[in-house]
Amino acid sequence: MKTHKFALNRREALVGVAASMIMASTNPSVAQTPKKGGRLRVALAAGATSDTVDPAVMDSAFTIPIAYTAFNHLTETDSSGNVVPELSDEWSSEKSPAEWTFRLRKGVEFHNGKTMTAADVIASLNYHRGENSKSAAKPFLDAVEELRADGSDRIRVRLKAPNVDFPSTISDYHFVILPSTDGKIDPLAGIGTGPYVLQKLDPGVGASFSRNSNYFKSDRAFFDEVELRAVIDDAARNNALLTGEVDGIDQIPLQIASRLKQVPAIKIVETVGTEHNTLPMRTDIAPFNDVNVRMAIKHAIDRDAIVDKIMFGYAKPGNDNPISRAYRYFDSSLELRKYDPEKAKWYLKQAGLSSLQVDLSVAGSPFPGAVETGSLVQDAARAAGIEVNVIREVDDGYWSNVWMQRPWCAASWVGPASEDWIFTNAYAQGAAWNDTFWKNERFNQLLVHARGEQNDNLRREMYAEMQRLVRDDGGAVVLTYNSYVMGLRDNVEHGPLAANWRLDGYKFAERWWFS
Amino acid sequence: MSKFSDIIGGTLGATIANRFLLGIYTLFIVSILIFSAIAFLPGDYAKAALGHSATPETVAALQKELGLDRPAPERYLRWIGHAAQGDFGSSFSAGGTQRRLVIDIILPRLKNTLLLAGVTALLAVPLALVLGVLTALARNSFLDRLLNAATLTAISFPEFFVAYVLMLLLAVKFPLFSSMASMSADMPIVEKLARIALPVLTLTLVILAHMMRMTRAAIISLLNSSYVECARLKGLPEWRIVVGHVLPNAWAPIANVVAFNLAYLVVGVVVVEVVFVYPGIGQTMVDAIRLRDVPVIQACTLIFAVTFVVLNLLADLIAIATNPRLVHPK
Repeated sequence: MKTHKFALNRREALVGVAASMIMASTNPSVAQTPKKGGRLRVALAAGATSDTVDPAVMDSAFTIPIAYTAFNHLTETDSSGNVVPELSDEWSSEKSPAEWTFRLRKGVEFHNGKTMTAADVIASLNYHRGENSKSAAKPFLDAVEELRADGSDRIRVRLKAPNVDFPSTISDYHFVILPSTDGKIDPLAGIGTGPYVLQKLDPGVGASFSRNSNYFKSDRAFFDEVELRAVIDDAARNNALLTGEVDGIDQIPLQIASRLKQVPAIKIVETVGTEHNTLPMRTDIAPFNDVNVRMAIKHAIDRDAIVDKIMFGYAKPGNDNPISRAYRYFDSSLELRKYDPEKAKWYLKQAGLSSLQVDLSVAGSPFPGAVETGSLVQDAARAAGIEVNVIREVDDGYWSNVWMQRPWCAASWVGPASEDWIFTNAYAQGAAWNDTFWKNERFNQLLVHARGEQNDNLRREMYAEMQRLVRDDGGAVVLTYNSYVMGLRDNVEHGPLAANWRLDGYKFAERWWFS
Repeated sequence: MSKFSDIIGGTLGATIANRFLLGIYTLFIVSILIFSAIAFLPGDYAKAALGHSATPETVAALQKELGLDRPAPERYLRWIGHAAQGDFGSSFSAGGTQRRLVIDIILPRLKNTLLLAGVTALLAVPLALVLGVLTALARNSFLDRLLNAATLTAISFPEFFVAYVLMLLLAVKFPLFSSMASMSADMPIVEKLARIALPVLTLTLVILAHMMRMTRAAIISLLNSSYVECARLKGLPEWRIVVGHVLPNAWAPIANVVAFNLAYLVVGVVVVEVVFVYPGIGQTMVDAIRLRDVPVIQACTLIFAVTFVVLNLLADLIAIATNPRLVHPK
């Protein structure tokens, strides 16, 4: 139980010597040698009859863990956010970051005994490309000009424009490597190279796996069997953990996390990830097309109150740009935006207004507590002379009917810890998910330059400037950087937890073990 | 309805045929209602399926493939034509290259639902009848009041509350049963039964009061009849009057209430399914609605409609069989 208390403290004060001591104590497993065996059962707060192993549409919180349990990718994001080798053991960009060569690991076998070759990799990636591809990951590979095999253990990629982050891009969960025949993969076979062999997928109910005895990573995959269960109801999931029917759950309702902490035999773990809650303003619609109005609103929001009352402390206050501490190029010198009604009034005056009336569309869908957040926003903004009319929208169909449709609404983002990914998808001019419809020339130029910049310091500077631009000119109010709060039985051991997804970047089956 | 039977004739066979045809007619109307109701759902499948990942081009590609770009009457005729032959088509979901048949999605879930409903019915219906007779016999006694109060209390709480209380008591505090009723098709039946103990208890508590009180009321309303008076004068003990003379005449209203509750067990237990993580058809339908998986929604609703029609038909038949006067309406 001691470790839980420390975990709480760690969020509060990650400084100096204390931090390093506490870090060591929160991760008692680091020094331990992992033990083999056991059946890991994890309940996930997702799952539907439409669940599938088709890499084109593995987009739910139930199927992404499957992607990381039964399959591998060319590259892997490790627990500290670095891109490390997986099926490709070495890669390089020879002339410019627009031309990449990936060398494939030798002798890796698929679950059906076939040895992986460059043809399989090409077929797997091509599945997400081309006119007829229904893959949700299609836009990520739009930049690929040419993809070809160079011998049986090398693939060459030519991009339309330089991208230093390309090895990170293809670590995305969609890009699983499957066996191919005649240049085509069978997307529904569920056969991969991963740490566990998929035994059964019962859509909407669960999935079971057994260890791949032939796995190429010798220091991974410790469980004999893994079972994922779809348990969408919060109380049912909590009870499953309490009664020991499962060994871990991916989500705990924040309001009861502190109470669950007191239960013996259970540990609550949290990591600050890339998830952040936002209130995107459409910068192409009045009054939000005036940057002074946007700044007035950004100063009229009391983020501390939201962290406190909506997130129950399991979040950091947002700083109006998506880059949290979980990212490599987080700019710690960027001062945190404070609630300041006077400054908000000043910005309103700059916009030529003495008061302002705006509609804010909320619903339960964007994130838990979004409706209540609306009330807090309304309350805080009143002090700055801004009257926020909170509209309660229908949950159902929110993402198609409200988000990116209404002038101001609530949203939530989660993605890989890549600055380029979030900026390209959510802030670049013309991006399909640019939910603020923001157009900033300097930002768009920097985005392209940073993508091709090989000098790390210059890149860092560019991303710092972009964070500032989003913060001071963009249309998104970033409310909170959220923590992933998860529950485990005491006998589940793990190393440092990755921040890119819940449950150790969803690689829990591969990385964790029983004590 | 009586007009219809007059025209057809009025024999038992004709009455049944009549009811059967009315059932088919009802289903036809329901199918049109289902189809139009679904057409009014906001958003469309392609957008819902791709969710956050929807871009105009991926949405268009998916819509074209699913035939969602064709006019509604054409889609209705095609659907009902196939459904009449037992072919519910392919699910929209599961994206990519190969679609699952609706029947493959629904059948295992329907089996689970029928198992849960069946076991609950086996427990709840006899219990309700026995308790109904008991409370009728001992009407206005302490036992009567206690049973009425207890069952009414159980039915008054929302079902998820009853479920949570049972879970707290019987799974968390005293771990007798499992808190999750998740099961797979290959589990042995004994294990399945053990797993569904809590949902069965919950549902029993939820439907008991209705059936028990109807049994009680139906019996009591007949106790003032002259033939009961006669039986009393004959010197029969009270329990023999109730079981032998009153109950046979009370079957009609009881059968109706039982049918109603059994239909509820098939179509209305989604909340209990969610709380106990039970893979039943209710969850399937909720999933399908969220995903705009129209073929699955339509098939589920149609199955629900069939359930209601068939169970009501059975209740009618029981009523007719126990009361021959109904074959010859005035």
